[in-house]
Amino acid sequence: MTPTTPTTAPSSRQASTAATVVSKAPARSLTVGKALAWTAMVLIMLFTLLPFYWVLRTALSSNAGIAADPTSLLPVDANLRGFARVLGMQSTEEALADGGSGAAINFWLYLRNSVIVSTLVTVGQVFFSAMAAYSFSRLRWKGRDTVFAVFLGALMVPSIFTLLPNFVLVKQLHLIDTFLGVALPTMFMTPFAVFFLKQFFMNIPRELEEAAMLDGASKVRVFFTLILPMAKAPISTLAILTYITAWNDYFWPLLVSYTDSSRVLTVALAVFRSQAPQTGPDWSGLMAATLVAALPMLLLFMAFARRIVNSIGFTGIK
Amino acid sequence: MSTSSLLAPQAGRRRRARCDTALGLTFILPATIGLLAFYIWPLIRGIWLSFTEYNLLTPETFTGLANYKRMVRDDTFWNAVVVTLEYVVINIGLQTLLALLIAVLMQRLTQSTVVRSIVLTPYLVSNVVAAMLWLWILDNTLGVTNQILESLTGSAVDFFSSSLAIPTIAVINVWRHVGYTALLIFAGLQSIPSTVYEAGKVDGASEWRMFWRITMPLLRPILALVLIMTMIGSFQVFDTVSVATQGGPVNASRVLQYYIYDMAFGRFQFGYASAMAVGLLLVLAAITILQYRMTRAGETDLD
Repeated sequence: MTPTTPTTAPSSRQASTAATVVSKAPARSLTVGKALAWTAMVLIMLFTLLPFYWVLRTALSSNAGIAADPTSLLPVDANLRGFARVLGMQSTEEALADGGSGAAINFWLYLRNSVIVSTLVTVGQVFFSAMAAYSFSRLRWKGRDTVFAVFLGALMVPSIFTLLPNFVLVKQLHLIDTFLGVALPTMFMTPFAVFFLKQFFMNIPRELEEAAMLDGASKVRVFFTLILPMAKAPISTLAILTYITAWNDYFWPLLVSYTDSSRVLTVALAVFRSQAPQTGPDWSGLMAATLVAALPMLLLFMAFARRIVNSIGFTGIK
Repeated sequence: MSTSSLLAPQAGRRRRARCDTALGLTFILPATIGLLAFYIWPLIRGIWLSFTEYNLLTPETFTGLANYKRMVRDDTFWNAVVVTLEYVVINIGLQTLLALLIAVLMQRLTQSTVVRSIVLTPYLVSNVVAAMLWLWILDNTLGVTNQILESLTGSAVDFFSSSLAIPTIAVINVWRHVGYTALLIFAGLQSIPSTVYEAGKVDGASEWRMFWRITMPLLRPILALVLIMTMIGSFQVFDTVSVATQGGPVNASRVLQYYIYDMAFGRFQFGYASAMAVGLLLVLAAITILQYRMTRAGETDLD
């Protein structure tokens, strides 16, 4: 590698402003390459986003309209009946007339179930993992590093391997088809969550803790009134990531929930799809259901995009 | 007086140390319950079940290596292995190339959070949503892709036919995961000091040359890590298959994980399903070991 002398090494900020100036000025050979690169970037972004638009466009169309004009960029015969059907606000006759299967569907219920399960998982996992992370990073006890190594080792256990025995266990606990049964395997911790929080807790200066303890605070008090508030940012980042993962989980809830009483959105969506007739499925309704299932996480993402995007570099280097 | 003042802090320190142990163990108690009940115990239980015949209703009976012998002779199992490998190769190949392209473009063109967020969007929806959305876009009769293809070439393509089902599912999952992988690689790119590029520029190196001479060699260890992490995930493909094709047509997309699921919950042969899960576990363990080797080799290469 060519060694850089200090004089030829401007700060990265200077370099990036220089780059933007170059790209704006109508200058030299760089422009063609840059234009090509930007074209590629825009194409990638279109490939990413257009499917979402197509779902929205379809959900807002009527089934007759879709059949009549399958490539129209705008909704055909725009209406909200697809959504009404999915949210159980249409009578069976109306649903059948619109091309629905007539089977009873009520996504409000599954939406509520998903909220309950994801909240249980997130609150439990983040809180218990924070407790464990505090113990691993801030408390001194014998065998601590060995136990932590075992926790980390669990990162290697692939989910397929735990799914079948976990199902047997949850069945023996008589928790099949309950919210607790769906939430339980991830409610106590994930090795990753413990590791993620431990990294942050270790960086909190020890002096603060010692000062609090001189004031007579116990270690339990330090955890609740000092560590948790100080690690608000990583804790909320982890909570958002956990919520999204729990919300999008499909395999485990599919195994555990049999009826409406515990069925979550992802499973309900798959069931809704399997009920659709093979000939002439209710595309408008199916896409409305897809949107209903995706929208909460897309909104959450819009609210916390920067935080989520920035945390991914960290989660990758685990 | 003087002795007691000498002893007091010592006693205090010892008491605090003892308190830490009690408190330390109390604080990891819930997490440890989770670890033992849902990681360690299932691991042992799964291996045990693979040597038994078990259908959930009657107690398991020990059958030794019967499940493994059956596995070796099971054509559907080997078909599942082949199909899974086909999926992994297409999915990982395409995803890594595309993610690398996106990451490099992001690094060299724009660091904007908006661009990064847009690329990540599909990762925020579930596999089920991704499968539904592409089922519609690729639908034979009314799907927009085939409508356009028909007007251009005069014939439609059956994206979920026996020859195309696996490539189609692989591409759907690339769409969902590529942004995440790109951001992992992007994070790796960020760790390459910009001075190296500036030096390259001063020496008159082209972007293409800088990519091959600077980016790729310095990125290698992180790329190896990302590659193997995504590979472990992609060996466990299930959701998309379950929603889009249910393993069909015939066995064309019956990947290993779907076959295991089908064996356990379709036919209640938990023993045999567990044996196949052990097989998959061994493959994943081999990949993990490979990851260790490759990343370590990459590190020494750098210094």
